[in-house]
Amino acid sequence: MTLTTSAGAPAALAVGAVRSARRAAASRPRRVLLGLVLALVGAVLVRTLLGDYTITAADAVRILVGADGVPRGAEFVLMESKLPRALVGVLAGLALGAGGATFQLMARNPLASPDVLGLTMGASAAAVLTLVVLGGSGTAVAVAALLGAAAVALALILLSGGRTGSTAAAPTRMILVGVALSAMLTSVVHWVLLRADVYRAHEAMVWLTGSLAGATWPQIGLLALVVAVALPLLLATSAQLHLVELGDDLAHGVGAPPRPVRARALALVVVLVAATTAVCGPVAFVAFLAGPTARRLLGGRSSIAASALVGAVVVVLADHLAAYAIPEVNLPVGVVTGLVGAPFLLWLLTRERSTS
Amino acid sequence: MTTLTTENLTLGYGDRTIVHGLDLDVPEGRVTAIVGPNGCGKSTLLRGVSRLLRPTNGRVLLDGRDLHQLPTRQVARTMALLPQHPVVPEGITVGELVARGRHPHHGLLRRWTREDDEAVAEALELTGTQDLVSREVAELSGGQRQRVWIALVLAQRTDLLLLDEPTSFLDIAHQVEVLDLVRDLSVHRGTTVVMVLHDLAMAARYADHLVAMRGGRVVAQGSPRQVVTAETVCDVFGITCRVLWQEATGDLSVIPLGRHRPVGHVLGAASSPRLAPELEVS
Repeated sequence: MTLTTSAGAPAALAVGAVRSARRAAASRPRRVLLGLVLALVGAVLVRTLLGDYTITAADAVRILVGADGVPRGAEFVLMESKLPRALVGVLAGLALGAGGATFQLMARNPLASPDVLGLTMGASAAAVLTLVVLGGSGTAVAVAALLGAAAVALALILLSGGRTGSTAAAPTRMILVGVALSAMLTSVVHWVLLRADVYRAHEAMVWLTGSLAGATWPQIGLLALVVAVALPLLLATSAQLHLVELGDDLAHGVGAPPRPVRARALALVVVLVAATTAVCGPVAFVAFLAGPTARRLLGGRSSIAASALVGAVVVVLADHLAAYAIPEVNLPVGVVTGLVGAPFLLWLLTRERSTS
Repeated sequence: MTTLTTENLTLGYGDRTIVHGLDLDVPEGRVTAIVGPNGCGKSTLLRGVSRLLRPTNGRVLLDGRDLHQLPTRQVARTMALLPQHPVVPEGITVGELVARGRHPHHGLLRRWTREDDEAVAEALELTGTQDLVSREVAELSGGQRQRVWIALVLAQRTDLLLLDEPTSFLDIAHQVEVLDLVRDLSVHRGTTVVMVLHDLAMAARYADHLVAMRGGRVVAQGSPRQVVTAETVCDVFGITCRVLWQEATGDLSVIPLGRHRPVGHVLGAASSPRLAPELEVS
C-alpha cells in the first residue's frame, strides 16, 4: 500500500482494466433488462391474442390500423376486453414493481413494500369509503385513493421517525407501524362493507380483490400519464437512492442528502401506487414480490427498472391465468397474485433467516 | 488547497449540547487526529464539520465560507467523509462501489467519462485494491472492505478527507496499513486529513496535529510531542500513565498504569523500573 505513481495519473493499463471491469459488471443487468422487455412483449402478445377467443396477429394489426375486412367480433374483443386489460396490466405492474423495489431499497428490507406498509390499504379504504358511502366514482375515487395513500405515508413517517428525527428510522419500526395501520384500515373497510347494501358491497368487494376488468379507456389514459411522468422521475432518483443504500452519513458525504432523496422517492411511489389502486384495486403481492425476484435475476443487486418490468410481466401473465385457467370462470387478477404471492412470502422469510 | 476552520462551534442533539463553542483551525495538507475518551464529542465534532449535523451555534468555514450555505455537490467535491458504519450493499462489485464516489462530479446530463475511470483506477491503486475490482464487496474480509470504502471516498478526488475511526474493528496489521495510506496521501498529494482515532498511541504516531478533547471541549492541541504528556493524558482520559519518547527515532509510547503491576513481575526483582539511557520520561 504505497504510492506507486506519486505523479498522480494512474497507468493507462489500470484505467483500461477499470473500464473493462465496469463493462463486465454492467453486462448482466443489461442482459436481464433486455430479457425482461422481451418477456413483457411476449406476455402482452399472449394476453391479447390467445385465450378463449384467439385473434391472429395479422387481424390484430389490421384492427389497430383501422383496416377493413376484420370480423366485427374480433374487433370488439380486442378493443374492449383484451387490449385494455393487457395495457392496464402493464401499467399497474410497472407502477407496483417500481414502487415496491423503491421501498425495499430505502428500508433495506424486503418486507417493506407498499402493500405490507399499508399504503395500498390506505388507498383502498379511502376509495371504498368514497365508492360506498359517498356514492362517488371515477375521478372522485382516484382522488380519494391518492389522499388515502398519502395519509398513510405521512402517518408512517410521523410514527416511525422517532424522537431523534433521523429518517433512517429503524425499518423494523416502520414495518410494524405499517402492519398496524394496515390492520386498522382493513377493519374500516369491513365495517363500511357490512353497512352497505348488497349490490354496492359486491361491487366494492370485486374491486378490493384487485381486478383489471373494470378499467375504462379514460382511466387507462390517466394511469398511463401518471406512469409516464412518475416512473422516469423515480428512475432518475435511483442513482441517489443507491447512495442512500450505503448509509445516511456516507450518502451525505457524496452529495446525496438522504432526506430530500427519500422524500422525493416516497412522493413518487405514493402517486404511482395510489393511481394504480384507484384503477384496479389493491392487486395483492405484486409490489412485494417484484423486488426480490428482480434481485435474484440480477445476482443480488437491487434495481428499480428491473423490478418494474418483473411487476408488469407478473400482472399480465397472472391476469391471463385468472381469465382462462379455469374454463367459464373469470377470476380477478388479485386472486392469482395472492395465491402465488403468499407462498412466495413464506419462502422469502425462510430464506432471509437462513442467510442472515 | 482547502481550509477548514470552526468559529465558536456548538453542536448537540435536541437540547443536549455535546460540543461547546469550539474554535478549531485545521492545518492544511497535514494529518489531524481528534482523540479523547468515549463520549467526549469527537465523533460529534466530525459530524459537525462534515455537515451531517447543523450547529446550534457558531459556524464551520470551508475556504472561508459558511459550510451550510454552500451547494451540496460543491461541498462533496471539496471534502469527502468516511463514516464509521457504512452499509455494505448486496450484489455489487468493488469497481461499481468505488464508482459511486464519482457522484458529486456528475450533473443531470453529464455521463460517465474517461476522467471518472481514471479517478476510480487511481483510488483502487492507492488503496491496493485493483485486484479486487471485479469481486463482490459483500465477500471481502474486514480489512479489504475498509480499504475499498477508503477507495470510494478517494474517488471523490477531494482536497479534504474526514475519517471517523477508520481503524476500528481492524487488526493491528490492517490498522498500520490504513494509517500508512493516510500518511501517504498527506505527504504525496497534500491532502488535508482529519480523523477521529480511538488509539492514542496510533494517533501520536501518525498525526502531525493532535486535538485532545474531553467533555465537548478541547483540552490540548498541537504536535504529538506537545500534547501527549503524562499530565495531558491524565487530564483527558483520567488515567495515570508513563509516556516514553525516544529521541533517536521519534517514537512516542504511552504506557497506561492501572492498579496492577505487569503480570508476573515481582516487585524489586529488577530494582526500580529500568529505563534505557536514550529514554526520557516526560
